[in-house]
Amino acid sequence: MKVAYWPGCVSRGFTPELHGSMAQVAPKLGIELVELDRACCTGAGVIAEHNQELADTLNARTFALAQQELAKGADLMMNICSTCQGAQSESQERLDANKVYRDHVNETLAKENLTYQQGIANKNFLWMLVEDYGLDKLKEKVVKPLTGLKVGPFYGCYIVRPADRLGIDDENPRDSYLSLVIEALGGTVIDYAGSHKCCGFPIITMKKEASLTMAARNLGDAQDADADCIVTPCPLCHLNLDLQQPIAAKLTPKPLNMPVLHLPQLVGLALGLSPKEIGLNKHVVKPTAVVDWSTSVIAGVGAEGGGW
Amino acid sequence: MDTRKPAQDFTLRIRRYDPDSGEAPYWDEHTVTLEPHRSVLEGLLQAKAKYDGSIGVRCSCRAAICGSCGVRINDKPGLACHTHLEEALKRSKDGKITVEPMGNMPVIKDLIVDMDAVHWKKINRVTPWLIGKTPVPEREYVVDRVSMVDVTQTMACIQCGACVSDCLSMEVDPGFIGPAALAKAYRFVGDPRDAEQQQRLKDLAEDPNGIYNCTHCFKCVEACPKGVAPMNQIMRLRRRAGSDHHIDDRNNGHRHEAAFVTLVKQGGLLHEAELLPRSYGGDSWFGKFAPKAGAELVSSLPVITKAVLRRKVNPKLALVPHKIPKQDVKAVREIFDTIGSREERYELNLYVVGDDKDLEQPVAGAVEDRSTT
Repeated sequence: MKVAYWPGCVSRGFTPELHGSMAQVAPKLGIELVELDRACCTGAGVIAEHNQELADTLNARTFALAQQELAKGADLMMNICSTCQGAQSESQERLDANKVYRDHVNETLAKENLTYQQGIANKNFLWMLVEDYGLDKLKEKVVKPLTGLKVGPFYGCYIVRPADRLGIDDENPRDSYLSLVIEALGGTVIDYAGSHKCCGFPIITMKKEASLTMAARNLGDAQDADADCIVTPCPLCHLNLDLQQPIAAKLTPKPLNMPVLHLPQLVGLALGLSPKEIGLNKHVVKPTAVVDWSTSVIAGVGAEGGGW
Repeated sequence: MDTRKPAQDFTLRIRRYDPDSGEAPYWDEHTVTLEPHRSVLEGLLQAKAKYDGSIGVRCSCRAAICGSCGVRINDKPGLACHTHLEEALKRSKDGKITVEPMGNMPVIKDLIVDMDAVHWKKINRVTPWLIGKTPVPEREYVVDRVSMVDVTQTMACIQCGACVSDCLSMEVDPGFIGPAALAKAYRFVGDPRDAEQQQRLKDLAEDPNGIYNCTHCFKCVEACPKGVAPMNQIMRLRRRAGSDHHIDDRNNGHRHEAAFVTLVKQGGLLHEAELLPRSYGGDSWFGKFAPKAGAELVSSLPVITKAVLRRKVNPKLALVPHKIPKQDVKAVREIFDTIGSREERYELNLYVVGDDKDLEQPVAGAVEDRSTT
C-alpha cells in the first residue's frame, strides 16, 4: 500500500515524536509513505478565518500535488493530523461543490501548472487504518497485544464535526474508530465524558484559562474513568493535553498525571516497537504506566522496554 | 419515514429535578405507546397525560418553528417535536430514550431551563436590532439579493438554545457571549442597511467574552436544527473584524491570526516557536520582545524547559524551522500576493449558491464581503 503522505506542520515541529513514530510504524504495516514535501500548511482554520479563498487555494495546491502521486500509483492521500483533516475537508467541500469556484482557484494554481480535479480521497491515518488497511489485517500485524492496557480515546473536534462534511454516518461511524482500533490492538477502551470534547487549544493564546480548563476537565474525566493513557489523532490536542498538562493541572483540585499518546505510537507499541523507538521519552507527562506495561509484556520480538 | 408502522412501546428515561423541592435530581422512566414516526415530544406529552402530570416540559407549535421544546435527547441537543421516536431509539445506547434539560442553563423544573438567565441575556448583549443608516430613504432601503439571502441563514434561528446547550466554551466559561448571540450579531453585521457595523465588530472583538472566545469546536454547527451554523457566523465576524477593519483587539485574536498568516507565507509551514510570542507581542520578528510576550514566556518557562529537556522541543528547530523547498515557498508567496491583491475578498457561500448537484446551471458564488469603512 502506498499513500501520498501529508505530515502537517506540528508533527515536524513541537511534536516530532508523531512524525517519527509514523515513520517507524509505516514499514511495519507495509505502507509506503510518499511525503508531500512541497505542500504547505493547511491553515488549521486560522487562514480560512483570515481569507477563505486563500485557505482553499493553498489546500487545493496540496490536493493537486497529492493527485500527481495518485497518478503515479499512490492509493490515497493520508494525513496524521485531525486539524489538517478538518481544514482540508472544509476546503474540499467548497471546491467540490462548485465548479465556478474550483475553476477560479485553479486559475491561481495554473502558474505552477497545477490543477485540482474534483474529488480526492484524503484520509486521516485513523480512517485509513479502518477503511482501507482493515482491522483484520491490523490484528494480524499485532505482536504485542495491548492486553490489560486501558486506553481512553480523544478525537479532537476537527475529525468528528461536522459529521456530514467528514463523511460520518451509520455506515462509516468514524467518530468511534479510535475504539475499534484500540480493541483491534488488544487494548481496553475506556469510555469517558471528554472523549469527543474540545482540548481547548484554539483559544490558548486568547483565553488561556478557559483553554486549559477544557484540557484539565478532559484529562480528569479520563483519569476518573481509570484510563492508563489517552490516545489522540491530533497533535494540537496533544500540545494542550500533554505539553500544557502541568499548567492545566493547577486549574483543577485533583492532581493530573495522564499520559497522552499519538495514534501511531499506540499502534507502534502493539507492533512491537519499543517506547523509545516511538518517542514516548519525549512526552512532558511521562507515560510510566504505558512503559511499565510495555516492559512487563514478554512478547519475544526483541523490543526493548523502557529507554527513557 | 414510514408513517404506516403500527404503534409500539417506547421507554422514555426523563431527568427530573425540582430545585425548589430541595431533593436531588433523579431519573424517571415511563413507557408510552405510539407509532414510530411520532415525535419525542408526543411521547413526553403522553407520559405527562397518562402517568405523571407533574412532568415539566415546554412546548408550543409542535412544528419545529417556535423553539420552545429544546431538550437533550440521548446526550445530544435537539427539538423534541422534531425528533422521531424511532430515530431516537436507534441512537439510544440501552434501548431507552434519554431526555434531559438543555445544558449551560439553570434548570427551572425537569426539562424546563431558564432561558432568561443565559440565552436571552446574551442575545440582548449584542444589540439585536437594526440600527438604520441615515438619512432614511424616502421609500425603502434596497438590499442586493446575495446579501439578503446571506443574512437569512442567521434569521432562520428560532432561539431554541440548542447551540448554547452544547457550547464547550460556555461549559468552562459561562461569560462567553456564545453561539446564538454571536450568530444574531452577524445578522446585523452582514446586513448592508446597518449603520453600526464597525462599532459592533470592535465591541465583540474587544470583549474578552466575544468572538475570540469561541474554541472552534463545531458543536453548535451540529446542534442547530435550522442550519444556522453559528460557528461559521462567528468566523465571519472575525474575518470582518480582522481582515476588513483591522481591529487590533486586546485578546490577541487578530495578532494570532496575522502572525499565523505571515509565518505560513514566509516559510510555507507554521513556525510554532515564533507564532506564540508574536500572538502576544505583535506580528513581527520583534514581537517576541514585547512585554506581553515576555510575560507569557516567563509563565510558560517550566513547561518549555521540560519540553526542551525531553527533546520534544528542539532549540535549533525553534530558531530555524522546517521550510518547504525554496521554489515552493516562492509559489506559495505568489498565491498569497495574488489573493491579497484582490480588491474584494472572493468567498463561496454554499448557503447562498447551493451545491452544483442541486442546480441545473452552476452559478458563480461570490459573496462580496465589503468593508464598511
